[in-house]
Amino acid sequence: MPIARRRFIQAGIAGAALLTLARWIDRPLAAGPAPYRFLDARGVKSVGALVPVVLAGALPADEAAQRAAVGEVVTAFDRAVAGLSVPVQQEIGELFSFLHTPPLRVAFAGLWSPLEESTPQQIVEFLVRWRDSPFDLQRASYRALTQLIQAAWYGNSLSWPSIGYAGPPAVG
Amino acid sequence: MAVRDPIREGLAAGWKVTDAAALERDLDLETDVVVIGSGAGGGVTAESLSAAGFDVVIVEEGPLASSTDFRMREREAYPQLYQDSSARQTLDKSITILQGRCVGGGTTVNWTSSFRTPARTLAHWKDAVGLKRTGAQDLEPWFARMEERLAIAPWGVAPNENNDVLRRGCAKLGYAHGAIARNVKGCANLGYCGMGCPINAKQSMLVTTIPAALSRGARLVQRARVLRLVIEGDRVVSCEAAGVAGNGAKPSDTRVRIRARHFVLAAGGIGSPAILIRSDAPDPGGLTGRRTFLHPTVISSAVMPRRVDGHAGAPQSIYSDHFLDNAPLDGPAGFKLESGPTHPVLVGITLPGFGEDHAAWMKKFPHVQVVIALLRDGFHRESRGGRVTLANDGTPSLDYAMPTYLWEGARRAYVAMAEIQFAAGAQSVMPVHEGAKGYSNLKEAREAIEALPMRALAARVVSAHVMGGCAMGPDARTGVVDEDGRHHQLRNLSVHDGSVFPTSVAANPQLSIYALAARSSAALARSLR
Repeated sequence: MPIARRRFIQAGIAGAALLTLARWIDRPLAAGPAPYRFLDARGVKSVGALVPVVLAGALPADEAAQRAAVGEVVTAFDRAVAGLSVPVQQEIGELFSFLHTPPLRVAFAGLWSPLEESTPQQIVEFLVRWRDSPFDLQRASYRALTQLIQAAWYGNSLSWPSIGYAGPPAVG
Repeated sequence: MAVRDPIREGLAAGWKVTDAAALERDLDLETDVVVIGSGAGGGVTAESLSAAGFDVVIVEEGPLASSTDFRMREREAYPQLYQDSSARQTLDKSITILQGRCVGGGTTVNWTSSFRTPARTLAHWKDAVGLKRTGAQDLEPWFARMEERLAIAPWGVAPNENNDVLRRGCAKLGYAHGAIARNVKGCANLGYCGMGCPINAKQSMLVTTIPAALSRGARLVQRARVLRLVIEGDRVVSCEAAGVAGNGAKPSDTRVRIRARHFVLAAGGIGSPAILIRSDAPDPGGLTGRRTFLHPTVISSAVMPRRVDGHAGAPQSIYSDHFLDNAPLDGPAGFKLESGPTHPVLVGITLPGFGEDHAAWMKKFPHVQVVIALLRDGFHRESRGGRVTLANDGTPSLDYAMPTYLWEGARRAYVAMAEIQFAAGAQSVMPVHEGAKGYSNLKEAREAIEALPMRALAARVVSAHVMGGCAMGPDARTGVVDEDGRHHQLRNLSVHDGSVFPTSVAANPQLSIYALAARSSAALARSLR
């Protein structure tokens, strides 16, 4: 068996065992804090830490405007996940379990601190590691996190002036 | 002047429409024919059978939304009108699948491109699959009928700049290209077809066949997911559906049960096989949900010197089959070239990368031009398609791995698209791939593309055409259904949608679905008399 494949299978088995552990340690809260439908309080913090990195150069420069924009992106991220199929919502829930369980976060994401305590540079390195990972699961997780954040921002009319989009035409 | 909304008018006039997600108790119905799904196949079937005098119930998983709801905003349209809010993906997450999930199905949100099934595709179905009555001449009257019904005609308006780049590039390089026929009446060239036509110009099922059927007394049960068919012996006796309030919602506990003489599956290339699998339908050939094809599509973005504004104007008006027609079916993978519209979310999630690099491309948004290459899958022995699988809760997914054969085609497609974009004057071209960046000339782009790893979740691959999974075949060994869409084992079950194709179509499939569904519906009406 090629080494890459064997490594992948081993990682898969280890991953499954760790996932069970993570699910047990990180039992989801009964309901997220209002107004969130999917994210729990830690998820809100994690996404809030990812947004300024994923959207660096795209968000408003003014500090208060940027804070408000990040808040809207986190809310739209939450709404978007709640609109995915039930099994995919569960998978994204598991992804956050990984990110919220210290030993797994270190092993799986290479992050020594929680996302909200990591520096932007550490978050960039984490995202690049996943983007360039040999494992499908990490590349897929990178894509899910970045695309959900990008969709949340560019679906918001706040982002449109900065990209030269005037919005949809008037009809009727 | 306010836009007329034929759906709201029909509801006011007393159409029989039930919202399954709002039911407080179970509902039992009886009818002649149940049509499961209201897209290209279901819409045509519902109109045809109701016109023939049969009582019809249409069951649709998505909502009955109409022009008043279509506000041309991505963040509203995608969750409302698409499967998984437009983020449906293959099992390994490597291919994003755009599929409609609303009354009218894909036809409510597609980009109106209309092609007859290519003659080579039909010849392959005859020679390699053994179909006997599905040749170009057999289908000619059905194509003509549906073209007339849906106002399908060559688009006479000048292409927008996004499409004109494709035209100019092909013209300069001597690649054959042409104007795309579209199913529109009174189109205002807005460019928002993918979010539901706000002026009802697109002749989708939502504004043509479904209103016709409902006006004749057909019933529509919307926001209802068919869980299973109840099978006794070689017959389907009923189907059972649950209300689903929207994307991401769990099915309700209330049930809609419908007894009927005949059942037509038209839930699309993932939905229809999934219902058969959930129903334990007989499948002696092991074919149900197998050989599912996607036209896997790779993308090339360019920055042009002048504004492109690819969100405005008909999304697809120019195509090139140069790389299909000059490629033998049993040789390296061929691909069809078209343009892809640029809307902020589509572009934002399609351009690879994040942070400053991504933001720099987004700042050029008005100048971004997009060419897409749809790979022809299912013809070559190495292209066997994917398989529909079910999660624990019965939710379907598609396990589709791109074979090396298609990756090789993807690499050539990236080069061909870059060549065309540079020939049309692009300042910079970026293949949509995690490892790519913008290149300023063809030589640089070509060298980079040769070195890019062609693998899942590195190249960004999308699909808007799910086909196969309930393939037509002359017998139970080779197909799930016969050439009239009749199931080989279940006497009163038919499939009328893109899942009956034995391979991909090698063109945008709506007109192929319309024509086959029209023919199958006429045959069904005769047999039910």
